[in-house]
Amino acid sequence: MPPRDLTTRPQRGSVSRRWLHWCDVAPFEEADGPGTQWARPSSRLRTLRRWEVGVLTGALLIVGVAIPLALAAVAVAVGVAVAILLAGLITDLFVGRRVRAWGYAEHREDLMVRRGVMFRRLSVIPYGRMQYIDVTAGPFERMFGLATVQMHTAAAASDAKIPGLPASEAARLRDQLSSLGESQAAGL
Amino acid sequence: MTGEPAGPASTGGTGLPEGTWHRLHPLSPVVRAGRGALAILVVLVLSTLGSGGNSGDPYRLAAIGVALVAGIISWLVTRWRVEDGVLRIESGLLRRTSQRFPLSQVQAIDTVRPGLARVLGLAELRLRMAGAKGSSGRLAYLTNPQAESLRAQLLALAHGVDQGAPAPPERRLLTVPTGQLVASLLLTGPGLVIEALVVGLLILTAIKPSAAGAVIGGGAASLLGGVGALWQRFNGDFRLTVAEAPDGLRLRSGLVETSAETIPRGRVQALRMTEPLLWRLFGWCRIEVDLAGKATSGRQNKSSRHAARALLPVGSHQQAAWLLDRVIPGAPQSLQRPPPRVRWKSPLRYRNLSWGLNDGYAVTTSGRVRRATDWVALSKVQSIREVQGPVQRRLKLVSIHLDTAGRNVHAVLRDPDRADGARILAALPEQCRAARARDRRVPHEQPPATGAAPIEQAVAE
Repeated sequence: MPPRDLTTRPQRGSVSRRWLHWCDVAPFEEADGPGTQWARPSSRLRTLRRWEVGVLTGALLIVGVAIPLALAAVAVAVGVAVAILLAGLITDLFVGRRVRAWGYAEHREDLMVRRGVMFRRLSVIPYGRMQYIDVTAGPFERMFGLATVQMHTAAAASDAKIPGLPASEAARLRDQLSSLGESQAAGL
Repeated sequence: MTGEPAGPASTGGTGLPEGTWHRLHPLSPVVRAGRGALAILVVLVLSTLGSGGNSGDPYRLAAIGVALVAGIISWLVTRWRVEDGVLRIESGLLRRTSQRFPLSQVQAIDTVRPGLARVLGLAELRLRMAGAKGSSGRLAYLTNPQAESLRAQLLALAHGVDQGAPAPPERRLLTVPTGQLVASLLLTGPGLVIEALVVGLLILTAIKPSAAGAVIGGGAASLLGGVGALWQRFNGDFRLTVAEAPDGLRLRSGLVETSAETIPRGRVQALRMTEPLLWRLFGWCRIEVDLAGKATSGRQNKSSRHAARALLPVGSHQQAAWLLDRVIPGAPQSLQRPPPRVRWKSPLRYRNLSWGLNDGYAVTTSGRVRRATDWVALSKVQSIREVQGPVQRRLKLVSIHLDTAGRNVHAVLRDPDRADGARILAALPEQCRAARARDRRVPHEQPPATGAAPIEQAVAE
């Protein structure tokens, strides 16, 4: 997909483009002034997600085609294959938009994390409120040299998670956050 | 075992000697086993006696013996002590566990007395901590004077006050009348369901008495369940008394199982006021208080997860306003309404939506059928979230969530205009920071001693 500017409104044209804009990513520029620089997850996260979708689609494809073929229904097999491939492509599109929506910004006294396309969320977490920080890397993430950083506060509802950070950046963020958290710690 | 068991003689005085190990009361296993074990015991004994004294039931006797020995062992291996501002509880025979509770982090201290314990003059002490895993210290059971003095001592330690000081006097703020409590319970969810069932049964009996018997038989179980839930609520809120003491708010209640809870100053995370639909006919409301941490462990787990601790189980708006002024002085009074286009998104909720903010507190109202009002101290806010769903985006609205460490109340500024929301979100982190800084400077500020006159006269403990 060619990169396009997601902030400007597309011309009133095709219905599909308008619909795409409707649930599209626009920066939360109002939240912290237009100057906020959002750091993004690594571009390898996109590749990882694409692989995940691809492998899943492939597995479905094998099952979905093998069964009609075993019953000697070639037309059905072709139809199913086309449907699964199409679904995979659309999923990939949506997953890509989700990946692009992640962003985080480190401010002087709090961390901002944003995510989501349909349901957009922006979390503001003061460094002093962080109880602990998790850095996790699953087997697939490790293959791509990625890690997920998750911040925990005393409130169960505040879920700030940043997936797909390069391992070095994840370690830096963890150290940075924990040292800032220590210096600004506040009681309950 | 190196510790010396605490005799009642050594603890009857002003306080418990610090640094020595103490045991729980010897009757603790019996009370902890509770009604169930008692009933089984009675049945077993009766059936053993009833079987003609042929003593042909060694198994039953053995079962009783094993239970007794297990209880005695668990009592023998459990001990506790207070040292350096830390309460330590050790328990377990094969798997020793040693728990440490730093008293400076106690969120609340409860004294709970189930019916059986009251008969025996015992009480359980519960320390509520802020941990997310429902960690709470339980000392079950101590004698009444022991529990009282230990509670005062722990609270004094938690506040860093000299523990030799006499128990500070408290001011009773209000007590809930029983008649009003019963009426209020009959006008809410479970009460209404039971009433409908009973009325239905009566009508059925009048029309066709022969069929009624079968229906009563079938519906008895569910009816009993409902009555049980209602009873629990009634018992929990029975003659709830709110008192104000220098070390915090004290809540006392209960008919059969009584509990006394002390919430130290500055531990209230949030408050919620609810007004069920039918209560509004009488202008009644209920105020609940939210603390950090999860529900306490043990038998109370279920009920306390469902219903937060009520500060005012039922009362008039006037009482509520007065109480709120005592607990959270300076809450915002003027509320803002969301734009009228919110009607398209939440037609039922729209009339209840509003919010207010000042330097100290945020207040939000919401609710489709029953109205709920939430107060959150900005100094307690853990994180702020802005959420925008697809419908909200279409209508240019956002929602702003204020997360606290409490477990029940979660204030949401629903559906302000996007520009308003952005302004609020931009200002909130700084406001919260300022509130936190203020809180640190004046650690646990006492509310003004004068001003609002208590509804009932002050009573000394």
